[in-house]
Amino acid sequence: MDERRAPRRGVSPRLWLAGGWLLLALLAAIFAPLVAPQDPLAQDLMLERLPPFWLDGAEPGYWLGTDSLGRDLLSRLIFGGRIAFIVAFAAAIATCLVGSTLGLISGYFGGWADRIISRIVDVWMAFPPVLFAILLVAVLGTGLSSVIIAIAVIDWTRFCRVIRAETMGQSRMDYVENARIAGYGRIGIMLREVLPNVVPSIVALLSLEMGIAVIVEAILSFVNLSISTDDPTWGGIIAEGRISIHQAWWVLVFPLITLILTVLSFSQFGEALKTRFDPVLR
Amino acid sequence: MSACLDIRDLSAVLPNGQRVLRSVSLSVQPGEVRALVGESGAGKTMIGKAVLGVLPSSVRIVEGDMLLEGEDLGRLEPKARRTLIGARTALIPQDPLTALNPSRRIGSQMTDRLVRILGWSGERADTRIRQLLDEVQIRDPDRVLKSYPHELSGGMRQRVLIAAAFAAEPRLIVADEPTTALDVTVQKQILRLIAQLQRDHGTAILFVTHDLGVVAKISQKVSVLYAGKVVEEAETAALFAAPQHPYTRALMAATPRYTDPFASLKPVDEAVLAGLAAEIAAADQAWRRPHG
Ligand SMILES: Nc1ncnc2c1ncn2[C@@H]1O[C@H](COP(=O)(O)OP(=O)(O)OP(=O)(O)O)[C@@H](O)[C@H]1O
Ligand SMILES: [Mg+2]
Repeated sequence: MDERRAPRRGVSPRLWLAGGWLLLALLAAIFAPLVAPQDPLAQDLMLERLPPFWLDGAEPGYWLGTDSLGRDLLSRLIFGGRIAFIVAFAAAIATCLVGSTLGLISGYFGGWADRIISRIVDVWMAFPPVLFAILLVAVLGTGLSSVIIAIAVIDWTRFCRVIRAETMGQSRMDYVENARIAGYGRIGIMLREVLPNVVPSIVALLSLEMGIAVIVEAILSFVNLSISTDDPTWGGIIAEGRISIHQAWWVLVFPLITLILTVLSFSQFGEALKTRFDPVLR
Repeated sequence: MSACLDIRDLSAVLPNGQRVLRSVSLSVQPGEVRALVGESGAGKTMIGKAVLGVLPSSVRIVEGDMLLEGEDLGRLEPKARRTLIGARTALIPQDPLTALNPSRRIGSQMTDRLVRILGWSGERADTRIRQLLDEVQIRDPDRVLKSYPHELSGGMRQRVLIAAAFAAEPRLIVADEPTTALDVTVQKQILRLIAQLQRDHGTAILFVTHDLGVVAKISQKVSVLYAGKVVEEAETAALFAAPQHPYTRALMAATPRYTDPFASLKPVDEAVLAGLAAEIAAADQAWRRPHG
């Protein structure tokens, strides 16, 4: 029994790398006005399309270069992280609350509740998600809250399906029957006995969902459907970078790298957390 | 004095109308161990679940009464029934791993029921649990109480479950093949512990098993179940001395003996099975007439 636990004792490098990147990006976003070297909105046509620091023609203070309006890319990425993280946390939590609640009810009570919820999930998943998101934001109007709502409305099914399946598995276990015999109420059993056993999966999904929310927000910004056009967003920067790819590749490449690193880190972090939360794997 | 558990003419059906319990009658007197023996699929677990109120939703009771210490379970409101069952009964399950919540420490699982259901103080519950752990010969209660289920061996887990079952002083315990999932040496210890605690606490037990050897060791009375029908019931000693039903005799012949492990080992005879099939068919025929 001790061999089973030994390999999990230390914090895995995966958790370190993913967590490290997320912490760095999060702190930079929170303290953006302090850490960003330049004003992200300041245009200066004298400084347009400066290359990153290791190339000829780079200016000190503009580490990752500038875009075609002369705005500092690093500062824009740092400020863009603010919206990315706000959307990530708010949308993932909203998605999780809706999806996990319905999944738990569906999986634990079965019968009618399960049939109705499962049918809704099936219908929901028939829509292509990106198209769905664009449609929703077009209807709700652009803005931070509509992006968050759109993500929750589209993606709750991911939580619902996984949590339903896990809850069903747990509900068949004898400990649930034992709790019934002892006289616990149904809702009490669902919350006190079953829920703790699906928490590891919820945590993993939550982290994954944060990554997905970052991507969806970027896609919406990319098609100019997200937040106001003034504040820099990663998707917005990518959209601008695409236009000037031949003159200034860095305006496209750096935000893409930032996005991919963040999304990957969220999913890896979630997996690593799951194993830490799980008493059997821990 | 009324019986601790009295089941009268209990019939239960599946959605397709097939009976899984066929007019089962059986009683357990206070402080007595009643063995319920039969082959796999006979419906032993089903009877236990019916008593404890946890039948699968597909199984429906269509006839019969169950009296727990004289109280008719069928006549109680669902909530009152749950409370009564929770207070007077307990289960020692077959699989000690899945019967414990994997994400909660043993100590919290064991005391929780006493505190939250029975309203004991935390201190009293803790003292009680430690006393029971001592009775099931767990020598390091501190470690066990702090452990998660997967950190304990199968035998330890079953001891914990036995302790938990006796902790609230139930009148009736349903033990559903409590030793089947354990290896042979541990089986003997666990069986001895259950017998010991049963005597000390004077608890009635409905002991489900398919092992006649276990029946002989632990029970005073025995009911033999075949296809959801009680085909014979007797005092344990009398049953072994003179089994009446051909199926019981066949079952005994099919049980290996240490003295002569192979000679006595026979599969249940074709003629016996044919006789049983006829008996079951006749019972169903008789039952269907008044029930449409
Ligand atoms: N959830 C269920 N729904 C419908 N039928 C069931 C269900 N569970 C069991 N059965 C059927 O009910 C009958 C009795 O099953 P039960 O589990 O009570 O047998 P058992 O005597 O306990 O057998 P074992 O020794 O294998 O535990 C079997 O024929 C089985 O197929
Ligand atoms: Mg069984």
